[in-house]
Amino acid sequence: MIETVNLTKKYGSFTAVEDLNLSISEGTVYGVVGQNGAGKSTTFQILATLMSPTYGSAYISGFDITKEPAKVRQVIGYMPDFFGVYDQFKAEEYLHFYGASYGLSVAEREEVIPQLLELVNLTGKRDSYVDLLSRGMKQRLCLARALIHNPKVLILDEPASGLDPRARVEMREILKELKAMGKTIIISSHILPELAEMCDEIGVINCGQLVATGTVSEIQTKLQVHKEIIVTVSGEMERAVRFFEGELEVLNVSVVENGVGKIQFGFRGSDSSQQALIKKAVLADIPLLGFQTLEKNLEDVFMEIMKEVEVEGE
Amino acid sequence: MKSLFMNPVLNKEIRLRFRSSKSFIGIASYLSILGLISLGFIGLTLSFDGGTFRPEESRSMFLLISMLQLSLVIFITPGLTGGVISSERERQTLPILLTTAQSSSSIILSKLFSSLAYLLLIVFASAPLYMIVFLYGGISPMSVLASFGLYTFTMLVIGSIGVLASTVIRKTIIAMVTTYSIAFFLTGGLAVITLMLTSFSYTFQQQGQEYIWPFIFASMNIPIMFFSVFEESIMTEFKHMAGFEFSPWIIFFGVYGAVIVGSLALAIRKLRPKMQAREYPK
Ligand SMILES: Nc1ncnc2c1ncn2[C@@H]1O[C@H](COP(=O)(O)OP(=O)(O)O)[C@@H](O)[C@H]1O
Ligand SMILES: [Mg+2]
Repeated sequence: MIETVNLTKKYGSFTAVEDLNLSISEGTVYGVVGQNGAGKSTTFQILATLMSPTYGSAYISGFDITKEPAKVRQVIGYMPDFFGVYDQFKAEEYLHFYGASYGLSVAEREEVIPQLLELVNLTGKRDSYVDLLSRGMKQRLCLARALIHNPKVLILDEPASGLDPRARVEMREILKELKAMGKTIIISSHILPELAEMCDEIGVINCGQLVATGTVSEIQTKLQVHKEIIVTVSGEMERAVRFFEGELEVLNVSVVENGVGKIQFGFRGSDSSQQALIKKAVLADIPLLGFQTLEKNLEDVFMEIMKEVEVEGE
Repeated sequence: MKSLFMNPVLNKEIRLRFRSSKSFIGIASYLSILGLISLGFIGLTLSFDGGTFRPEESRSMFLLISMLQLSLVIFITPGLTGGVISSERERQTLPILLTTAQSSSSIILSKLFSSLAYLLLIVFASAPLYMIVFLYGGISPMSVLASFGLYTFTMLVIGSIGVLASTVIRKTIIAMVTTYSIAFFLTGGLAVITLMLTSFSYTFQQQGQEYIWPFIFASMNIPIMFFSVFEESIMTEFKHMAGFEFSPWIIFFGVYGAVIVGSLALAIRKLRPKMQAREYPK
């Protein structure tokens, strides 16, 4: 559905995206993770036909972005990382304008706009001036706009950036609905855990290069990224420590100082083997009180990826 | 055709512009000023002339109002059009607009027409004032029609240049300054050049040579050509120097028609990036 071939973008002599090869099949939600300046927005702008690649090309729904950009525009819904709104518009008028820009008739727009407002939880705001909406609401309105012509492919550049935690959760719920509707989505973020939950696949880019791609657990195992887990038990500390030490995918078991009954260890397995571990601990009569996964932030993952890249380079 | 003219951008721009009360205050104050000037003019001539307003005076008043309106067009068009694309770029609404299915030509043309719509409305709203002129005579209805045609044409010329500047120049301020400079060059600058060239004409005439340049430059000058609608004699002198009979309007419409078409075509081409397909060097 989305494919990039040797995609390269240079700003003068500076290479922002280098030889990027992505292949995203229909219905997949693909997350692009990378620090600020990694080249995410550049890639997305090229996919949205707003910028020409320096080398290589990309195909969306079979159309070459360099040869048939107008056809590409028909099948994509694009949400930029930073965008403005026409502040004199009311929310509903805003959607009408973009609906008309895609050639939808008034009747078609009147049918689809209430549905979209419902989807992004803005039904109550349809008569509010766009300018007066909160950042989270503007972001959701922009998402509704990107959906107005019912595109098969969504290109969402950091849709959750700058939002407070509640607005983030709301955005994530909407994206899950879109995923359920079968859209092919490419979405970016600089925070890995934010994407991990809803993406089928993840690509990590650094300095314009794809350094890792695959499913979330593939990336974690491939890069030997392990989770940190803290278990709380109501007693029998020693037996519990011995139990976890005996597990294959567990490493570095230690008793947390000052934490009553807390044991910390690294875990290298997938989500399902984590479930199996919990079940096994319960069956082994370990007096479990709590089981907590510490999310690794992107920094940690990056450090590990970068270490690996360096080792390979030597 | 319908899709070019009745399209969402045009619709949106016009709706948003006429939503603000500023627009109506603008029209009202402009018309009052023009009205006051006309009444003042009539009042003054009456007091000097002892109670009659003659056709020649009516004619000078018409010329005065017409020149005022032409200056209005020349001064306002760059401001209205110099920001049409660049301001959307600055407000970060342009990328979204460019990813919609609208064609570049429909975006550019509707931006041009919507920004000129307000000025057209102002200028045409002044038409009733010309009733005074008709009342006192001195000017033919055809000349009045021609003057309105020329206002519109002038708007299109400067407006197309403004839209082009706004498309290729990132900053609105710089695009506007560029458009103003070009507009002032085409009006004042060319008039000065014409005058300077005319001052050399004596030498040429003494040697019995033909001297076409004043004629050419005068034909490309909007105010001179505008004036020649009412005072054809202006051009006869230039024609005489040039030594041939040739309608200056052919030069005028030829050059500026090309300017309009060329500017708009270039703006349409430059609005979206040129997508290039190049092999990745191995
Ligand atoms: N128009 C531009 N001109 C020059 N450099 C740019 C331009 N846009 C982006 N860059 C540079 O390209 C790199 C990638 O930027 P970007 O794609 O916006 O990264 P991200 O979205 O991942 O934060 C950055 O180093 C940025 O400074
Ligand atoms: Mg970015």
